[in-house]
Order: sequence, then C-alpha cells, then structure tokens
Amino acid sequence: MNRTIITVIGKDRVGIIARVCTFLAENNINILDINQSIVQGFFNMMMIVDAQQTTKDFSVLVEEIEKVGDELGVKIKMQHEDIFNIMHRI
Amino acid sequence: MTNIFEVRETNKMIEENNLDVRTITMGISLLDCCSDSVEKTCENIYNKITTKAKDLVKVGKEIELDFGIPIVNKRVSVTPIALVGASCCKEIDDYVEIAKALDRAADTIGVNFIGGFSALVSKGMTPSDELLIESIPKALASTNRVCSSVNVGSTKTGIDMDAVKLIGEKIIETAELTKDSGSIGCAKFVVFCNAPDDNPFMAGAFHGVTEADTIINVGVSGPGVVKRAITEVKGESFGTLCETIKKTAFKVTRVGQLVAQEASRRLDVPFGIIDLSLAPTPAIGDSVAEILEEMGLEKVGAPGTTAALALLNDQVKKGGIMASSYVGGLSGAFIPVSEDQGMIDAVNAGALTLEKLEAMTCVCSVGLDMIAIPGSTKASTISGIIADEMAIGMINQKTTAVRIIPVFGKEIGETVEFGGLLGYAPIMKVNEFDCSKFISRGGRIPAPIHSFKN
Repeated sequence: MNRTIITVIGKDRVGIIARVCTFLAENNINILDINQSIVQGFFNMMMIVDAQQTTKDFSVLVEEIEKVGDELGVKIKMQHEDIFNIMHRI
Repeated sequence: MTNIFEVRETNKMIEENNLDVRTITMGISLLDCCSDSVEKTCENIYNKITTKAKDLVKVGKEIELDFGIPIVNKRVSVTPIALVGASCCKEIDDYVEIAKALDRAADTIGVNFIGGFSALVSKGMTPSDELLIESIPKALASTNRVCSSVNVGSTKTGIDMDAVKLIGEKIIETAELTKDSGSIGCAKFVVFCNAPDDNPFMAGAFHGVTEADTIINVGVSGPGVVKRAITEVKGESFGTLCETIKKTAFKVTRVGQLVAQEASRRLDVPFGIIDLSLAPTPAIGDSVAEILEEMGLEKVGAPGTTAALALLNDQVKKGGIMASSYVGGLSGAFIPVSEDQGMIDAVNAGALTLEKLEAMTCVCSVGLDMIAIPGSTKASTISGIIADEMAIGMINQKTTAVRIIPVFGKEIGETVEFGGLLGYAPIMKVNEFDCSKFISRGGRIPAPIHSFKN
C-alpha cells in the first residue's frame, strides 16, 4: 500500500472527476476514498489513492497530474499521506 | 484517517504561509583526509565530499516532490579545517587552496553553501588555528560557496581575547577584499561562543569532532505559519498566545522530522538532529519581526520586544521538542537584520538599534546576525562588539554569535544589497567611543563562576 493524497481545487466545470479518474486508471492507481464539495462555485476535492501498482516514478506522476490540472483550469497536488499524518496525529 | 480539513491546513501553510524545510545539511568528517601535502589533502577532501554527498541534492528534490514541501537549501558541513589542515598547511595560501577545494566540491555536488572553514579556539590558538584565521579574508574572497566560523569562547573555558582581537582585524580585511560585492565575504563568516557541533544553518555550520563520520541534520522554519496562527488569537491572554505558538511549532517540526527521517533512509546516512528554528527570509510574511509586531508591538525594538522574543523562543522550543526524537543545533528564533523585511523596516524607522538587538540576543538563538555597519568602523570596535556578544553567551550558558558586515565605502543611512536569501540591509549606527585599550590587552577572559547565579 502506498497511500497518497490528491487534492483538486479550482473553478467548477464539467468533467473534473472524470478526467482525474481516467488519469488514475491509466496509471493503475486505485482510489480508496473521495471527498468532494462545491463551496461558492469552487470545486474542492480530496482523494486517498493507492499508488502501489503504478510503474511510473512518483515525481513523474506529480508532474503529469499537474498538467491534467492545467488543462482543466484547476490546481492538482499529489503528496504522500505521511506528511499529513505526521503533522496532525501524535 | 486523513481528512480534507487537515490536508487543506497543511497545504495552506505551504502555499500561503511559506512553510518550508530550510535546510538539509549533511555533516561529513574530514579527519581521515589529513596528509602531509596540501595537494593530497585537497584531493582527499574533494573525493570524500563528492562521494558521500553525491546524491544529497537529488534526494532532497525527490523528497520535495513526494511530500509537496519545499526544501530550500541542501548543504554540507565539514570538520573544522584548522584540524584537517594542521599537518600540511604552512602558509596562508595553503589554507586558501583547501578553501578552493571545498568550493569545487560544493560546486560539483550542487549545494549552495559548504560550512566548516573553521577553527575552535575557545581557550587558545594553535599555530594552525591562527594561520587559518589569517587566511579567512583571502579564502572568502576567492571562493563563492565556502562559509567560515570561529568559536572564540565557551562557558567552560572563557573567551580567547587574542582571537577576538585578530578576528576584528580579519573582518575589516574581508570587507575590503570583497568590496566589489557589498563586502559579502563578511556575510559568510560567523564568530561564536558555545558553538554547537551539529548546527545545520549557515554560515556557522561545521561538523564537530564529536560527531559520526556522516550525519544528516535538518533545519526547519516557518515564521509565516506562526504569524498566521497568532493573527487568529488577537487580543487574547498570554496563556492562549503561548498555546497557539506551541501547537504551531509542533506541526512545523513534525514536517522537519519526516524530511530528516526520509533523507536519512534514502541516503543511508544516520539522522543527527532537528534544529528547531524560526529562520526568516526576505519574503514578505516570512518574518520573525512581523510575529513580534503581531503580538502587539508597534515596531520591533519598542519596549517589550525582549519579553516578546523570549516568550516566542521558549514556546517554539516547547512545541518543537516533543515533535522530534533528537533536537540540537541552534534551535530558536533567528533575528538577522538583512534577511527579515520587518527588521529592516524597524531599523529604517529608527525603532531598532544595535544595542536593542544585543539585548534581544540574550533571550533568543544566536546573536547579532547580518548587521551592516559603516565601512569606516575600527577593527577594535568590531572586536569590542564581538567581545560583548561572547560575554552574553559565556555567562548565560547559551550559544551566541556575531555576523557583522562593515560595508566598505558605505556610511549610515545607505543600504547594501547582497541578493537572494541574504537580502539587503541598512547601514546601522555603531557607538563610536573607543575600546582599543581594552581589546589590545591580550590573553583571555577566565571562565565564569558556575554558582551564585544572579
């Protein structure tokens, strides 16, 4: 298990989740949890995914998913879950 | 399980409040590089550094991407060169050659600074120590990435005033040799009292002789995050203020701990310490001065500044200490003038003077840091400023330091530009009354009494 957090923030439009999920499927990344809301027209999503099975380097995935964000006009970040756990859990 | 609010809080700290890991510093022992020829010693040094630290920058960048946290600097610290060069260096130029070898090694592995062109002379100078100190101006003028430091005192040994006198003269000489770039040589040189062996921050980093062969030390930072947090408790009591700073410092330090563990694992080098520091940068919002002002001071330097800084420094340590398994280095709030926009503004507004800064150094990490003074300042006056700061460290059993820049050809009211992380600084007024007879007495100040504390 290689638990990774993906966050997507930006102006809402049709197909954001579809595009992100397609990217993940293409790269053999499994989605464990999705949490999404729209606040004042702004799209806000957090995904917990498992990047164990992917063949690409993490740094390559980070760059590629950022590009997907650029195409959609939203900001996408991909980070290992450890940074959040270590900061918010004792 | 991770939730969206925590993720957003962390990412907001990184994106909006300049949360970063300030430096991953690899300490490398060069004791096994000694030889009886300068050429061979330089070769050994170059080979050891470029072998041990060859992946440092690459691994640093990988960790940045994996966790989405900026790691601003990757650096190397080495054994004090006065020890390494003792058996082969017979003249000033020999030490300059070693400095150049360090510079080449730093360039090859891609680190922006390499620290450890240093001597430890808290009780006295060996001929090698003295030669190294003599070579500092030329070494700093003929290299770009080498940082130098000298420890001239400690609580256990007192202060070596011969070294203090000599260093005053060398600082002036360094300023003159690097006059074309704002006397920047002096920005890469620190004088210490009670210097720690494991400090990851430049310019004072060196790899002490008590350390293992190689080690990873990490310096965390985050003045912007602390400032943001205390903005939200405006007007609340000191109890609430302290709790807020502590919680924030804990979170910031945990990130440092994660990065340190990862760097240590990926480089297969033991983890040394986390340095719990609030290190400002010239970026707006990344300022220790702004934290103090947010606490309720009109400008840094106003009455109450020392108390506010003492509180801040103590809470950062209390919060950080539980977040890491090993804490060391300098650990505290830094108050450099040139690297902190709030400090610069306070000096320009006439709120902050050299004397107030000296008082502030009694309660916070390090000391008189990145302070530009007129180029016409006498060497003995600089030695006097150093002696005062060393005395504060010696008596209070803390690390103190002086990094002062007598900017060649500039006078009070002018500014000097260093660029990058070093920022720019207004030239500050120095008390002009003479202390040369005191400084030229020779010898050392004895170690202080360790009881009857008052």
